[in-house]
Amino acid sequence: MIENSTPIADRNDNFTRSAGKQLAVYALYAVVTLAVVVYLLAIAAGHTGSNGADMGINVANNSITIALREEPPQLDTGRSTDGASVIVLSHAFEGLIAYDEEAQLTPGVAERWEIRTDGATFWLREDARWSDGQPVTAHDFEFAWKRAIDPATASEYSFIFYSIKNAEAINTGQLPKETLGVRAVNDRLLEVEFEQATPYFDKLVAFVTYFPVREDFYERTDGRYGADADELLYNGPYMITEWVHSASMIWKKNPYYWNDKRGFLDEIRVAYITADTNAKLNLFKDGQIADTHLESPMLPSAMAAHWQIDRAMDGTVFFVVFNHRPGRVTDNLNLRKAMLYAQDPVELVNKALKDAAFLPAASLFPVWVGGVKEKFREEYAAPKHQMDLEKARHHLELAKQELGLAAIPPLVLLVDAQPVSQLAATYYQELYRQRLGLEIRIDSQIFKQRLAKMTAGDFDITVAGWAPDYDDALTYGEFFASWNLQNRGRYASADMDADVRIAQTSLDQKERMDAFGRIQQLVYDDVAMIPMYERGWSFVVDPRLKGFRRRSVGPEIDYNYAYIDVSSD
Amino acid sequence: MLWYIGKRLIQGLITVWFIATATFFAMHNVPGDPLLNERATTPTIRANLEAKYGLDQPVTTQYFIYLKNIVRGDFGISFAQENREVNDIIREHFPVSAILGVLAVIIAAVGGILWGSLTALYRNRLPDYLIMFLVILGISVPSFVIAAISQLGIVTLNNLAGTTVLPVAGWGTIYHMLVPALVLGLSTMAYLTRLMRSSMLEIVNSDFVRTAKSKGVPPARIFARHQLRNAVLPVITVLGPSIAAITTGGFVVEIVFAIPGLGRFFVEAVQQLDYTVIMGTTVFYGTFLVFMVILVDVIYGFIDPRVRMS
Repeated sequence: MIENSTPIADRNDNFTRSAGKQLAVYALYAVVTLAVVVYLLAIAAGHTGSNGADMGINVANNSITIALREEPPQLDTGRSTDGASVIVLSHAFEGLIAYDEEAQLTPGVAERWEIRTDGATFWLREDARWSDGQPVTAHDFEFAWKRAIDPATASEYSFIFYSIKNAEAINTGQLPKETLGVRAVNDRLLEVEFEQATPYFDKLVAFVTYFPVREDFYERTDGRYGADADELLYNGPYMITEWVHSASMIWKKNPYYWNDKRGFLDEIRVAYITADTNAKLNLFKDGQIADTHLESPMLPSAMAAHWQIDRAMDGTVFFVVFNHRPGRVTDNLNLRKAMLYAQDPVELVNKALKDAAFLPAASLFPVWVGGVKEKFREEYAAPKHQMDLEKARHHLELAKQELGLAAIPPLVLLVDAQPVSQLAATYYQELYRQRLGLEIRIDSQIFKQRLAKMTAGDFDITVAGWAPDYDDALTYGEFFASWNLQNRGRYASADMDADVRIAQTSLDQKERMDAFGRIQQLVYDDVAMIPMYERGWSFVVDPRLKGFRRRSVGPEIDYNYAYIDVSSD
Repeated sequence: MLWYIGKRLIQGLITVWFIATATFFAMHNVPGDPLLNERATTPTIRANLEAKYGLDQPVTTQYFIYLKNIVRGDFGISFAQENREVNDIIREHFPVSAILGVLAVIIAAVGGILWGSLTALYRNRLPDYLIMFLVILGISVPSFVIAAISQLGIVTLNNLAGTTVLPVAGWGTIYHMLVPALVLGLSTMAYLTRLMRSSMLEIVNSDFVRTAKSKGVPPARIFARHQLRNAVLPVITVLGPSIAAITTGGFVVEIVFAIPGLGRFFVEAVQQLDYTVIMGTTVFYGTFLVFMVILVDVIYGFIDPRVRMS
């Protein structure tokens, strides 16, 4: 409409020139004003963030700068549950027992320990200190554990204490917390009494919920324990000296830390908190952070840049879970077998997910879990899986007969909204349609909604990922116990339960591993689930930083043993 | 005027109450709750948590408790960041979003008005074509693409210069905010440019401009007093909602540039079903938006005499 009206101004060059000059003057004003505004805003911004960014590796200061994926939501060790917090806590605290460079148990605050059928004893070292210089005593552990099990604390991980005497009864409010089976005999002797034999207790105490809390300091924080850098007392190699929420943190070397084999850096600066892997890659390219993880699409350019690319398993195993509740078609063994034989995890990883760091899963137990002497999977081979369409179709026919159905009704596949889950879901949908003529309906839900549906059993099949709490095969092995709430498909088998009981209580490592071996086979024979993949990450580290670790158990990224070495350049 | 403002404020309060109520019940009707986690909780642990957060009460009771707390200005404690009060989250992170947003809006408004006037002046000539092409780009390319590309641009620039000219990400200094603010304001700037251009073209052909010209008013004065001032009105109108939209819509830019703004909490709280943070940010932003609209109406009254008279 405007374009068609008679132009007046644009033919009038004289007018345009004068008006243009006027506009240029305004533009000048605008730029000057803008500069002033930017300056004022920058002063204001200085109060809301930290400009403590530094180069990824600062050799002169013996410090590094890193990025975290997310703000640690809970630094109160008694209530913490998530990976982001575990990363921070694993640097700032130390339990009775810790992990060494090669992820093996090593003495922490405890010098030595003894685990019996009825309990455990820990002898604490003399030189373990809090970041204010006071000694770490057995009382700090007793206090921390009693507080975490207290129903008023409402710790989500309180179950991890249930092997200690009276723990569950205290947590349900039937007994006072003073009755918990833990006692500081003196400052350096901690006695634990078990509810039932717990051969893997040494691995449990390496977990954050078992970390110490000093009572007098805790009382002083007045309910704000862990809320800010100065509301925590540290006993690990590093201590948090500055924490601007969701923006930055500074971890300084704890001068009172006893072990000269951990904590070599003077300072670790968390200058960025972002979940954007591209942003992290850009920061790494610019030399602003010491390490970053790489996604598949980034690998070609990373290789072109001649970076040293490493891979590490993050410990999480993913599998397709069936709904075993009575009345569901997926409760039928032959249908599950048909679905098992029609697929191949290798194909899933190589053709659909295409992530070089993922490993096709073959078992409930990941490859790195320890067995009697060697790796569990070396001692107890995973069931040999071969895709067999003939067999699959045969089982499908049997399933139809048993169920009395002419055709299997559409199956609901519940997944989250993550890209990798979506890829897997469409892969299975296509696969079962083509190979078995089964219709799969994908039900995509965001985080909490998916969990609500999983817990309620509102699905036929779903995808579950399981990350380890502690470094023992049991963390995976008990998944399909009938009483395990994590078993959201409600798989139930008397054989399974019996073997889990053995694995939980036997002090004979061979006997336990035999039980896990039977569990591994049973999961396959009963098709409790279909293994998908073990998750791993490709990552790159500044070549001057040595001793950096990515872990399967405990903190995902670990700088406790990291040090700067420029000699190799 | 005072009566008018008062009336608008009361309307605004009702709007905010409505937003709070609708959000509260919508949120509680979504399947799932903030206490659900990948790690399944035993009934005991769950009961302990429910008691701690007051989720064991009936929803209507929770609603009235909530309303009472909101009136007192207490939004409660976050479920996801269990040690932080929602008030603290807003107090610490809104200024970041606001600083970034204000800068983005200023860049967008100033740029939009200048480019818009320029294209109108040079209509159907090279500057017009060039700028309008960029405007189409600015409107149609999503901000996460622009953010990622400009970040890559910074990395390339730094590599070429061999030193850190501009920081790649982070927050705290003047240099940290320039590029994110530009990216954040870009689509608004493009939109305002188009708006300003059509508005200018309409004014150029209006009677009072023709009269002024025939009276012999100097061109610069016609341009400044008669054209620009009148043409800028529609821009002012959309500026209020734009401020609110930019300040609340910084999620993508905040993630890409690792900026600790409130936008992240606003979006992530929904995914986490973090009841208290959802309520806190929604009510806060709702109030902010309503207030901005009222503010624009009042400013409008000052700029346009016709509004003042009616």
